[in-house]
Formats: sequence, C-alpha cells, structure tokens
Amino acid sequence: MLLGLLAQGSRHGYELKRAHDQRLPRARPLAFGQVYATLGRLQRDGLVAPAGQDRDGGPDRTTYALTGAGRDALDLWLAEVEPPLPYVTSTLFTKVLVALLVADAGRAREYLVAQRRAHTARLRELTAVKTDPSATLDDVVAADFAIAHLDADLRWLHTTLERVADWHREVHS
Amino acid sequence: MTELQARGVVKAYGPTPALRGITLDVAEGEIVAVTGPSGCGKSTLLHCLAGILRPDAGQVTWRGERIDTWSEAARSKLRRTEFGVLFQFGQLVPELTAAENVALPLLLAGTGRRAGRTVAMTWLDRLGVADLADTRPGEMSGGQQQRCALARALVTEPRVLFADEPTGALDTLAGEQMLGHLVRLSREQRTSVVLVTHEPRIAGYADREVMLRDGAVDGTGLGVDVPSPGGPGRSSGGLGLLVGDAGAGSVPDGQR
Repeated sequence: MLLGLLAQGSRHGYELKRAHDQRLPRARPLAFGQVYATLGRLQRDGLVAPAGQDRDGGPDRTTYALTGAGRDALDLWLAEVEPPLPYVTSTLFTKVLVALLVADAGRAREYLVAQRRAHTARLRELTAVKTDPSATLDDVVAADFAIAHLDADLRWLHTTLERVADWHREVHS
Repeated sequence: MTELQARGVVKAYGPTPALRGITLDVAEGEIVAVTGPSGCGKSTLLHCLAGILRPDAGQVTWRGERIDTWSEAARSKLRRTEFGVLFQFGQLVPELTAAENVALPLLLAGTGRRAGRTVAMTWLDRLGVADLADTRPGEMSGGQQQRCALARALVTEPRVLFADEPTGALDTLAGEQMLGHLVRLSREQRTSVVLVTHEPRIAGYADREVMLRDGAVDGTGLGVDVPSPGGPGRSSGGLGLLVGDAGAGSVPDGQR
C-alpha cells in the first residue's frame, strides 16, 4: 500500500499515513511507528530512497520517493493474482453447520436468527454509509466490498437452510 | 405517523392461498423491504397494499381510511395521485419519449402538455437522465429505462412508492445507482417506500425488513423451519455430506 501511495509522487511519513487513512477509511488507521518502520525496511531493501528534506515550520521531515526497484516490486505485486480464498474455513460456516448438526432445534434457531439479524444490521449500516450524500468514492468502494461479503453469507445461509429443510422433507415423505 | 396499514389481509388465487392474514404498518417516510423466497406472496401483498388487487378478507387502510372496499375507479385514482408504482421492467410506453412517458401521469391528471413537460424535465434531471428527454425507451439501456420509470412513478409526488423487484432486470452497478436515487428522493420527499426484493443486499437499503413465508409474516427471518438435528438427517448422513462424513451414499436421489 505504501509503495502504491509513493507511486503517485514522493511524500514524507506523515503524508503517507494521512493518505492511507483517507484511502481506506474503514481499515484500522496506520500508526506512525508502523509507517516509519516500514519506510526503514523499504529503504534497506532499496525500494524507496530519501528524496529531500522538507521543513514546513516544524522539524525537518524526510521525503521518500519510489526507486526503480520499488516501481518493479510494485508492478510485480500488482501482476500477482491473489489465490481465491476458500471461505469454507470461516468460523461462520463451521458454526452454522455445527448448529444444524448437534444443537437442539431451539438453540440452533436462536443462534441462526441472531446471526442473521447481526448480518442484516451491519449490511444496513454499511448501506447507509454508502448512500450518505457526503460519501466519497473511497467510502462507497470500501462499503461495497464489505456488503458483497455479508450478502454472500446471508444468501448462503438461506440456501443452506432451504437445502436442509428440503432434504428433511424428502426423507420424511 | 402510520400512513398505510394492512390488517389480516388474506388473498387466494382459486384454491391456492397466497396471503394468509398479513398485518403490516408503513410509517410516513419509512422504507420497508418485503422479502422472502419466490412464491411467498410478497408481490401479491404489494398489489393488495397498492390497491391493484382486492383482498378476500382483512383490511387495507390509507391514512385511516379503508381503501380495499373502494371501487376500481377510486383505487385507480389513488394510484395516480397518492401512490407510485415501479415494476421490475419499467413498462414505459415504447412509442413515447422519456419526457412524454414521465409527463404521462400528469397529463392523465389534467395538467397541460407544456407544464407537464417542464415538471417531467425536473424529475429526469434529478435522476441524472435529463439528456435522454427526447429519447425513446428502445434506445436506452435497462438502467436508463428504469430511472425514467422511477421518474414517472415519482412525478406526481406520491406519498407511497411501491417498488416490485425494481433492480431485478439490471446489472449490479445500474441497480445500485437506481436504488441510491430512490433512497435519496424518498428521504427528500418523505415518501414511504414498499420495496419487494429477494436479495439481502437490496433489502439493506430499507429501514426495516418484513419477511414473508408461505403467505405469512416470518418473525424469525430465516424463511424455513430449523430442522431438528435429532431427526433422520444426522444418522443417515444428510449433513454428514457437508462436513465430509462417510454417509453420503444414503442421500436420496432428489438431493443435489
């Protein structure tokens, strides 16, 4: 992410932190220490280099720029396809199956109703963020990502319940 | 304040019951999603609330007045003035331009052609399709058509908008943009919305969700009974299939 931000031009640490937090408003804000530690590591590896001192009424601040090697590393990273995550490892998946498998029907229902309600509430909250007239493109794109996953969870939950109910009907008939 | 109310609404198509006693309140400016699997009765409920269908039993009340007993002419007038309706496919008149389509409800209410066009233009503008005013539906994308249909549904400034799967025929982005407009305009005008959908993502745009199941309100929101794990499912490997148990061979043929 820092390499990506530096690709837009050289910046110093504080600017990088601010740009990161603005681009990813729903992610955890970057700690200053983390920014400088990462810059140090990137400089050691030759991916960024100090590009000058910037004094803006305060203490001297070092501006960093992407090196040729840094640009190559960024291109390489972007070219690399992320393995599609096998979401079956999710706790939600396990919990729903275990609820259907071992809990008594009342307890399973209680859990499923509460889980669905929590998902729906979060989805509605994120939709409100997205439809707020002051929402930026970054807000909308981040909310879309989370909404798409919640929507998938909910659709899977319904399909699973219907499949299981269907199966029970066939066995009983 | 409650604008629209259903009390024990029952509706059947011949011997097939579609609604088995639905009770529902819609407050002023509230967006209510009506969800549930296909065949659960959600479209029938929308038709009963909008006065398109008459329930077999129960009551539909609009601002304290029963409308289910009104004549077709009176309900039709209500739909032209206080209610707006939007379906999955815009149902624009293909021979008319976007502006003419949007102005149509105004002309039917006696507004002059010029004044009608002026109002229609402001609505097309609000929905970001003013540049399509003189275009016919056949030359527009699905998303553009649906925005014009939304403009037409809102041009009379109805108090309730009934939307039946309004994004069903649109791709994701066009659907999102349409709903964004719908929510924004509903908030601005304090218009109540009854939004029928089967998608959780779309229901997320509403303030509240009412799930139907077999023609009744399903308070659990799950849409099915949670089967008892003590039943045959466990011993004969039904769920075992999902967790890699060795009992898969006993799954009945009908099971995918």
